Formats: sequence, structure tokens, C-alpha cells
Amino acid sequence: MKELDLATLVAVFEEMLGWTLWPIVAACAVATLAFLYVVLRDRGVVAGRMLRAELLGVLGGVAAVAVMFVVTNSSPADLGGPIDWLLVVGIFAAGLVGTVIASYAAMGLFARAPERAGAALRERALGA
Amino acid sequence: MRTMAGGLGRRGLMAGAAAIAALGASGAAAEHPVRTRAKIVIVGAGAAGLAAASRLAQRLDGAEITLLDRRREHLYQPGFTLVAAGLKAPGYTVSATRDYVPRGATLIEEAAAEIDPVGRSVTTESGRRVPYDFLIVATGLALDYAAIEGMDVNRIGRDGLGSVYAGPEQAAATWRAMSDFADRGGTALFLRPATEMKCAGAPLKYAFITDDVLRRRGNRGRAELVYNAHNRALFSVPIVAEKVRMLYQERGIRVNHDHVLRAIDPGRRIATFRTPGGDVEQRYDFINVVPPMRAPQVVRNSPLPWQSGPFAADGWAEVDRHTLRHVRFPEVFCVGDVAGVPKGKTAASVKWQVPVAVDHLIATIQGRQSSERYNGYTSCPLITRIGRAMLVEFDYNDNLVPSFPGVIAPLEELWITWIMKEVGLKPTYLAMLRGRA
Ligand SMILES: Cc1cc2nc3c(=O)[nH]c(=O)nc-3n(C[C@H](O)[C@H](O)[C@H](O)COP(=O)(O)OP(=O)(O)OC[C@H]3O[C@@H](n4cnc5c(N)ncnc54)[C@H](O)[C@@H]3O)c2cc1C
Repeated sequence: MKELDLATLVAVFEEMLGWTLWPIVAACAVATLAFLYVVLRDRGVVAGRMLRAELLGVLGGVAAVAVMFVVTNSSPADLGGPIDWLLVVGIFAAGLVGTVIASYAAMGLFARAPERAGAALRERALGA
Repeated sequence: MRTMAGGLGRRGLMAGAAAIAALGASGAAAEHPVRTRAKIVIVGAGAAGLAAASRLAQRLDGAEITLLDRRREHLYQPGFTLVAAGLKAPGYTVSATRDYVPRGATLIEEAAAEIDPVGRSVTTESGRRVPYDFLIVATGLALDYAAIEGMDVNRIGRDGLGSVYAGPEQAAATWRAMSDFADRGGTALFLRPATEMKCAGAPLKYAFITDDVLRRRGNRGRAELVYNAHNRALFSVPIVAEKVRMLYQERGIRVNHDHVLRAIDPGRRIATFRTPGGDVEQRYDFINVVPPMRAPQVVRNSPLPWQSGPFAADGWAEVDRHTLRHVRFPEVFCVGDVAGVPKGKTAASVKWQVPVAVDHLIATIQGRQSSERYNGYTSCPLITRIGRAMLVEFDYNDNLVPSFPGVIAPLEELWITWIMKEVGLKPTYLAMLRGRA
């Protein structure tokens, strides 16, 4: 591999994912924006919801690692050195963060308004 | 994939936008295209021919670029090994050549029958004469199965006869034969030809993969694996050869040296090897035949091959090893497997060779000198079992030239290297065909 610049990386991902690349990127952007929106709207992070999102996130991380092993016809026994473990941690972290953002945003968007206000108020009261 | 993209998040998106900007701003495409009316003919629309056409189309404006190739399917050959490991269907390696022909280039679906570098023209099999100002020869190489007495390509997949190199369907047939063998056990023979060859690691990989499949089925104890090396070494780069020797010892793969396959009797399952002490017959239950490889006939019959030295006999094109420019016909470049240079003959080498040759060609059009040089970069991720591989990257001087020094260790059996081979290599290869990697 000669120059591993960003343009190359995008080209490679385009070949790998085909037409699905940009919808996936768009979905990530939408999830991130929705997350930011929910946080701004509620003027802060709602702890209970975050906890639930984080629990889902752990599942998301585990799922990401499992999917990676399945699509690459390999298993944990194939991890051969520190870089392999780092990669597993990275894949887990990506799955975790992605799931937390998406699920927190989804729960926030679909939470009923009074519950929303109540939760945020309780938080602030607790925090104070 | 979702989670992978999930991790990209907002920063990923910004990076993506930056990348799109970069594509326009810093890529070769956005340098002012060079205006020219040059006629450029490319013989062979495989890895090197398509990559060269894409790069030329990006950097030139008004050139007449013509590709010649009869084969309509494009073959992603590094995938043959995965097909022969039972991990991918043959279709994984097959796509359409047309899909990679860049705008501004023309594909003539005919083979070149004659190359005349004195008269500067190529004649196709139907007798059409195509004149050129610049010629890129990218014909790949020819598999010379006929040089092995008794070899019959149509029998691949039967009676324990395998040959990963022969094509996608044959790679799948090889998997069936190997899988059969892995159920029963017996003796398996692996080998390589005494000629130059593409991806010299591929025959070694297949012995590792067979060993792994046997172990997974609990039948390793019932099988003997033998690797017949054509000379004293397992690989042309000493440090790689030593590593493979150690691993083969560990896996119990027996090695014979100075054994070159001369004849095969597929019915009786006997292979005959030429050795310094005379012919030796070996019985087998499974064999992976790797045939001698030579320059294609159209090149061998032309004035392009080396006239003397180690590359003359098999007709490899006589090019400068650092520029890929023909030493006697300066308007001719030979890239990819057909080039008579000491290393190369991998798709990864093509990725490094093509931009160099293209820059020298364009420099000639512009009347400037190019300082681009190809250093012999060759890469052959060596699968050591399903799930692990070693990065093997080297140059003309037998030096290791790791792409990720300090991060991904060369010559170490790693999962990340396996992922690069199984997931990353094909999209990178396809991006190369489009001149984007
Ligand atoms: C089993 C196997 C495993 C491999 N593994 C790897 C790997 O892991 N990593 C790696 O980097 N590389 C690997 N390779 C090597 C890689 O595939 C080749 O080095 C690469 O394809 C060379 O590109 P090329 O353009 O020179 O030849 P090719 O891609 O073979 O293309 C040559 C083209 O020229 C055409 N042609 C031939 N004669 C004529 C004619 N007379 N007129 C017109 N057209 C003609 C052919 O039809 C063909 O389309 C492997 C190869 C094999 C077979």
C-alpha cells in the first residue's frame, strides 16, 4: 500500500460497501444529529436513559465483534498478538459508541413529553 | 457493518466530506490534465492494463487510449486462494472487464496477435492494425500446463488433482478435491515451478490451508504433507524462507529441495519430479499442481523479451527495473506479470508499478524527466491458517518493507493481517483498477 490517504480510504470503502456506503454514513449522521438534538432539548443527559443506552451499547459492542468473526471466517482463537487485541477492543468500542448514540437518541425521541420533562427536572433536582 | 459505520459518527462524516474535497483538490485528477493527441495502446486489460488506463485517463486530456483484451471477465486472482479454501464461491473472483474501462478509453475485445515495436503497431487476431505512439504491454503471463507431461486441466477436481491457479472454477474444484482428501487422509504434495511465477507465496499458503483443514476435521494424524521446493530455499527472500521453514517444521510439513514437477499420471496418482539425482516418483492422494509460467506467446514472438540472462528463456520483457520502460524501445512500457524484473508479479506490485510507468510516459509527452522509481515492492499476505496470515512485503534488495512498521509486524501470524487479506484486499484492488488507490 503506497499512499493511505483519505481519498484512497473512501475509494476502498466504496468498493467494499457499494451503494450502501453513503446511506450508512447518512444513517450515522442522522443518529448523531438526533443524539445532539435530544441532549440539547433536554438540556443535558438523562442518566436513566443513558444507563439503558449503555447497557444496550455493551450488547452492540459484543455483537460487532461477533459479526466481525463471522464475516471473516475466524474465531477468538485466531488472535495472534497485541495488535489483534487492540483491533477487537476498537471494534467493540465502535459497536458500543454507535449503539449508545443511536439508542439514546431513539429513546429520547420516542419518550413521551411529560416523562421527558419530568426526567430532566428530577435530574436537575438531584444534581442540585 | 452497521456498527463499523456507527463508530464513524459525526467525525467520520466530516472526514468523509474532507475526503471528497481531497479527491478533487489533491488527487492526480485535479492536476491540470496534460493536453495531447497521443495514441496510447494497452495490450491486456487485467490488473495492470486497467489500472494504467484509469491513471492515463485521469491525467491526460485528448489522448486516444485503446485497450486490447479478448477476455470479457475480469478475474480477481488473489481470491482464487479463498475459493480453494472453501471460503468463497467462484463468482467472488469474477466481474466484467467493461465495468472498469475508464471514460475516454476504448476497449477492443480482441487479443493482440502481433506486436511490432519497430513499426509501432499492434495487430489484433482479426488482422486489424492498431498504430500507437506509446505502448503499454500488460498481458500478464501464460500458465504452461502443457510443459508438465500427462497434465490434463480438465481433470482438475478428480482423482485428487488440484490446481488453484487454473481459474475460478478450477479453484473450486481444487477445494472439492482437497476437502475429500481432508476427510480421508493420505499423502498430499505441494510444489512450485522452477520458472518465475506470480504470487510465489500462493503454493506455500495452500499447504498451510490444507494442514489447517485436516486439523479442523481431526484428521491431521492420518495425513502426510510434503512440499517440494524447486531449489534450496522455500522463498526467494531469505528472511521469509527461514520463517516458512520454521512454521513448516512446527506444522509437520515435510520439505524436499530441488524437486521440479516434470510429469504426472493423474489416473495412477503419481507425480514425477526432476531432481539433481535423477527423476523421483511420488505417489499422492492430493496434489496442488502449479505450472511453469512464461510470458504470453504474443510477447515471446515479439522483439520485446530479454535477449540473454535469466529472463530470456521464458520471454519476459526487457524493461528497466526502476521505470518499467523498455530498454530498446523507449515508447514501450511493460507492467505487471510480463515485466522481466527480479521481483514483482503480484497485484500489489502492479499498484506501485503503474503510477511510475504512467508518470514516465506522461513526462515524455511533456518533454520533462520523471523521478518516479519502482523499488521492486512485492507483497503476498501469507495465510498460515484460516483466520491468520503474515504480512510479507519486500523489495528488490530482499529487504522487508512493511506498510505499517511498528503497528502490524511482518512475518508474524496475525488476525489483523488475515482480515486485510480477506476483507481489505479485494476492495483495494478494485479501487486500484479505477485509478483510485
Ligand atoms: C492463485 C493466485 C493467488 C494470488 N495471490 C495474490 C495476492 O495474495 N496478492 C497479490 O498482490 N497478488 C496475488 N496474485 C497475483 C496477481 O493476481 C497478479 O500478479 C496480477 O493479476 C497481475 O496483473 P497483470 O495485469 O500483469 O496480469 P492479469 O491480471 O493476469 O491480466 C492480464 C490480461 O492480459 C490479457 N491478455 C493476455 N494475452 C493477451 C493478448 N495477446 N492480447 C490481449 N490481451 C491479452 C489477459 O486476458 C488478461 O486479462 C495471485 C495470483 C494467483 C493466480
